[in-house]
Amino acid sequence: MAPLKSSSTNFSRGPSVTLKTVFFVVLSVIIMTADRQTGSLDAFRSGLALLVYPVRAAVDLPYTAWNWFAESLDSRGDLIEANRELRREQLELRGQLQRFAALEEENERLRALLESSRQLEAEVQVGELLRADLDPFRHRVTINLGTRDGIVDGEAIIDARGVVGQVTNAAPITADAILITDPSHATPVEINRNGLRTVALGTGSLDRLELPFLPNSADIREGDLLVTSGLGQRFPQGYPVAVVDTIQRDPGQAFAQITARPIAALDRLREVLIVATESPGDVDSNVTPESTDSDTAQPESEDGERRNATEADNE
Amino acid sequence: MSERMASGRWVIFLSIFVALALAVWPLPDVMKAWWPSWLALVLIYWGMALPFRVNIGTFWIAGLLLDVLKGAVLGEHAVALTILAFATYRWHLQVRVFPIQQQMLAVGVLVALYQFILFWVRGISGASMPPLYHVGPVLTSALVWPWLFLLLRELRRRYRVS
Repeated sequence: MAPLKSSSTNFSRGPSVTLKTVFFVVLSVIIMTADRQTGSLDAFRSGLALLVYPVRAAVDLPYTAWNWFAESLDSRGDLIEANRELRREQLELRGQLQRFAALEEENERLRALLESSRQLEAEVQVGELLRADLDPFRHRVTINLGTRDGIVDGEAIIDARGVVGQVTNAAPITADAILITDPSHATPVEINRNGLRTVALGTGSLDRLELPFLPNSADIREGDLLVTSGLGQRFPQGYPVAVVDTIQRDPGQAFAQITARPIAALDRLREVLIVATESPGDVDSNVTPESTDSDTAQPESEDGERRNATEADNE
Repeated sequence: MSERMASGRWVIFLSIFVALALAVWPLPDVMKAWWPSWLALVLIYWGMALPFRVNIGTFWIAGLLLDVLKGAVLGEHAVALTILAFATYRWHLQVRVFPIQQQMLAVGVLVALYQFILFWVRGISGASMPPLYHVGPVLTSALVWPWLFLLLRELRRRYRVS
């Protein structure tokens, strides 16, 4: 600080302030360009993210505390009621899953017969969003898992209903993610009914995606389910993304104007699932054992077998 | 003791920490366009009160931290705060002796400059927001300035920050 003090005498006269300003402005411009064009500052950003973690934790604290408080104030009756409800739901889901397991086996067999590519079993981790308001027109969120937990850039994020987004920058204890509705995000999708592939672009509004690349003659109807196509190798195939909302076919235009409504509850996200995609997963094979421990989204019993079976197929 | 050495600098850090937290505080949608630019205000105060302690580098680093917190392009808030720092240092001797209403006006102008640069940089980087989101904070920032000023001055005097 000593040199600062000595320069403080000519402080308000200008040249040093002007010089410093120019220096920092130029530095900012270089950083912005590097960050935007090349992504070469990811490590730097991760470091800074670690540095600001206390701020994030402080912002999140009141909500965590309030949830805890509210939970601990729940009456015993309410808890028993909720527990009963959850058990019933779990039984139902397990029942559905049995059928699903059989179907998946059959699907694998048929695919093997066709020598078609197999569908991958995905590893899932449960994460929570940190409460924070990012820029209202930039749909970014932060989750409470990071490289420490095996999160890698590019992993897909889903909630109980559908696709939420993908990880853009994994820092040690947190990870930034982009939602599918961000204006700069494009999700490769296909129509579940007929496999027609296209791209769903974010619009900056949480309840709308656009499908600008389908011709007027495309076979698409209102209410069609869009699922991830697996192209682009970011999102695993077959997760629901959105439901087609409106279709305007203007004969004067080359492409139809189609909007879709995301299925995931993007406006009230709290808990999300991070799906490990196969290629980055290999890099981090040392952390996958941990993630299977916390893997609550799948039943333990047949899960391991199935994964082994699919992996064997893969070889 | 080290306390004397630090001369209450923790107050500055704490206020910047709180300003960063406020900047990303979860808000209902209606308030988002009217949320003051807390970090800019706190930095303006310290830049005016202790220009030798809080220099342009402080502004820049705080801006970088805000970029990471907001998930913005790195350097976006940093460049805006750097130019804000420049304007603050140019004016601080005059603004310090202004009566409070004139100070509000001056702070409004400074925050307007900050928001204008943000608007401009976001436009270039293709992440522009409706202008209301840049105009609203200017008004509310000017309105909260007197209270923030009194609070920070009280803290500065009580803990002899220098």
